[in-house]
Amino acid sequence: MIESRCIVLLKLLMGNEAIALGAIKAGVNVVCGYPGTPSTEVLETVAKHNDGSIYVEWSVNEKTAMEVGAGAAYSGARTMVTMKQVGLNVASDPLMSLAYIGVKGGMVILVADDPGPLSSQTEQDTRHFAKFSNLPVLDPTTPEEAYEMVQYAFELSEQVGLPVFLRPTTRICHACAPIEVSEEKINHKPEGFIKDPKWVIFPSLAYKRHIEIEKLQSHLSDLFDKSAFNAVSGQGRLGIAASGIAYAYACDALKAMGSDVKLLKVGTPYPFPKATAESFLNEVDQVLVLEELDPVVEEALLELCAQKALCVKVLGKKDGTTPCCGEFSFEIVYNTIAKYIGRDVPAAAEAPSQPLPSRPPVLCAGCPHRASFYAVKKAMKGKKAVFTGDIGCYTLGNAKPLNMVDTCLCMGASISVAQGIKRVEPDTTLFAFIGDSTFFHTGIPGIINAVYNQTNLVLVVLDNSTTAMTGHQPHPGIAKTMMGNVSEKVSIPRILKAIGIKNVWTLNPFDQKAAINAVQDASQINGVSAIVFEAPCIAIIPKPKALSVENDKCRACGLCVKEIGCPSQYVTADKKVHIEPSTCYACGLCKSICAFDAIGGEA
Amino acid sequence: MMKCDVLITGVGGQGQILASRLIGAAAIIENQPVRTGETIGMSQRGGCVVSHVRIGGESKSATIPFGYADLIIGFELCETVRSLNRLSPDGGLIVNKQTINPVTVSLGMEAYDTEAMEKALQAKTDKRLIVDGYGLAQQAGSVKAVNVVLLGAAVGSGFLKLSRESFIEAIKSTVSQKFHELNVKAFELGYGFANMAMK
Repeated sequence: MIESRCIVLLKLLMGNEAIALGAIKAGVNVVCGYPGTPSTEVLETVAKHNDGSIYVEWSVNEKTAMEVGAGAAYSGARTMVTMKQVGLNVASDPLMSLAYIGVKGGMVILVADDPGPLSSQTEQDTRHFAKFSNLPVLDPTTPEEAYEMVQYAFELSEQVGLPVFLRPTTRICHACAPIEVSEEKINHKPEGFIKDPKWVIFPSLAYKRHIEIEKLQSHLSDLFDKSAFNAVSGQGRLGIAASGIAYAYACDALKAMGSDVKLLKVGTPYPFPKATAESFLNEVDQVLVLEELDPVVEEALLELCAQKALCVKVLGKKDGTTPCCGEFSFEIVYNTIAKYIGRDVPAAAEAPSQPLPSRPPVLCAGCPHRASFYAVKKAMKGKKAVFTGDIGCYTLGNAKPLNMVDTCLCMGASISVAQGIKRVEPDTTLFAFIGDSTFFHTGIPGIINAVYNQTNLVLVVLDNSTTAMTGHQPHPGIAKTMMGNVSEKVSIPRILKAIGIKNVWTLNPFDQKAAINAVQDASQINGVSAIVFEAPCIAIIPKPKALSVENDKCRACGLCVKEIGCPSQYVTADKKVHIEPSTCYACGLCKSICAFDAIGGEA
Repeated sequence: MMKCDVLITGVGGQGQILASRLIGAAAIIENQPVRTGETIGMSQRGGCVVSHVRIGGESKSATIPFGYADLIIGFELCETVRSLNRLSPDGGLIVNKQTINPVTVSLGMEAYDTEAMEKALQAKTDKRLIVDGYGLAQQAGSVKAVNVVLLGAAVGSGFLKLSRESFIEAIKSTVSQKFHELNVKAFELGYGFANMAMK
């Protein structure tokens, strides 16, 4: 049922905003997810434009989100679950079974991939997960296409009774394009949950469903052959197949060189549009495959060539024609195509004429994590200790001069990795650092494991009252929900005590003396002890007046800079230290280090 | 309007994303097709941040290739030099004269050679305007408005061919109301400075 309002507006939308507005237009009823770059803005945009008819939540982790989404889709709701690529690893348990059970309401699993990677721990390719779980996947080339695809994904999901993946990459998620946004939207009324044995997975049902799902794969391939998301253009016996942002680069490159090569656009990499691809292959002698991350389209073409006994040479990642890792760029695609079709390859862009200083991301000025790390570092100076880290802003504590993150693996791993190291090195003190949102995400089972198995370690929770890295989303410890309600705060210290940790300190890391004492005490305890460092992220507090250095008093020793590496401090040619007032949050950590009382202002 | 690729480069926290959104909004007001692309995430926290704005609708991707940028708006000296190879041979430069030392420089691990960087700008093009963005933003009421000062300079210099009126409208439709006055003032100060400087 379409509502009669029909106002069309041209808006500059980020890919993630376009996906959110497309989902709203498609009548989405329930949206849940866990923040993760580059996917976060999808859920935030739905919440921002929610007229109250959509249920939106940040779930505690991706597995929970997938399960909440499954329940909603069982009940007939149009549902979207959002996460980044590594989040899907966490959600893979419900995903694999859900692919067998299927859905009633349309369910879109929005997973954003991160070639590069720009802000992730892996370059994994979600298209493999689609293939692995036998679920269809749509791969947009532009924000405009993502807007169309998300709407189609809901329809398709209901048509085949399976969840559908929408898999944009960073350059789609975080690019803006003008999109005609229509105010009309589908009014989807969920039927409700109808009891039926089909919702209960048993081995016998799994076998039956497996047969049906396999049959659906060729049906989906046929459907995709008719889809406008797959298309062939151009002419000649040299073909190019491209998907995602690589297709956009290919179009731009071909335009720049004035070429009209035969080009297959693959918008549905799985199930592969076999008939479309076969007729394309029949008309070419060679195919250059352009796709980021893994050779998914390339493998599908190779398989098709073998199956149909087609004599077409397939060039791509497998033979080293295109890079197998990292992001593609206009230049990579242009040069690859130029070489392929016999055009001149332009000279590489000139490098800067002199070496420039690097500028890695750092903990912000005033960040409480800096104070927490510094307290632990001071307290453990000269002692044998290993510091396991986790996923969040505080991973940046690995940089000099703090140098306080010895391991980082995945969400929640700080606590469990520490236990493994402790079992091999009993004389080392293990500190596991974890942020508040990560603690709720997957930290808790690891702590229970340590208590149960009597593994000595010091847990350090860095509680800055937000999910900072992804742009300050709320979590159970803050109790604000995406529906604008306030629930009861889940207290981290109380959870730790309930698990059975007897010694739990809760303090402000900027009280360095107390913090150092607590760390020293905690490190002496037999069993699991915990310190919860509580101080809000600077991005969620009003900016106080900056501290300043009294030039006469500064002896140019540079100790404050060398100890903590605060980005607000800079050193002039006379070696004296200065503080940039626009970024200083007056945390006072530098002041506590200065032996000459040269740093003034209210900390 | 002809194709115009604008690269905004600086240090995380300087407000590049708002700047690229404002150019995008101004372009839409003038019925120009536009794409933008950003770096969001790890790179924000004091790292290099580059925003791409492509006006004119000739491309499907938002990233400006090397040698294609018609204008670079550099929010910080070193980051401008780092991106110079994206400037087209007849492209223009608007550069904030502010320098921000990376922590690696404060720690003495690396050097920040201001003189050499300024020479690199000079060697690249004469079509350049150095702006005291920090000072003008302070004058407007907040150093946070340095991004909008530089946009004003880009328009006032004639390098960015979108109108002053479109930007005022874009500011009013994009920025929250309590910051309208500050941002309009910042824009006008940048515009006025560049307009005078180019005469």
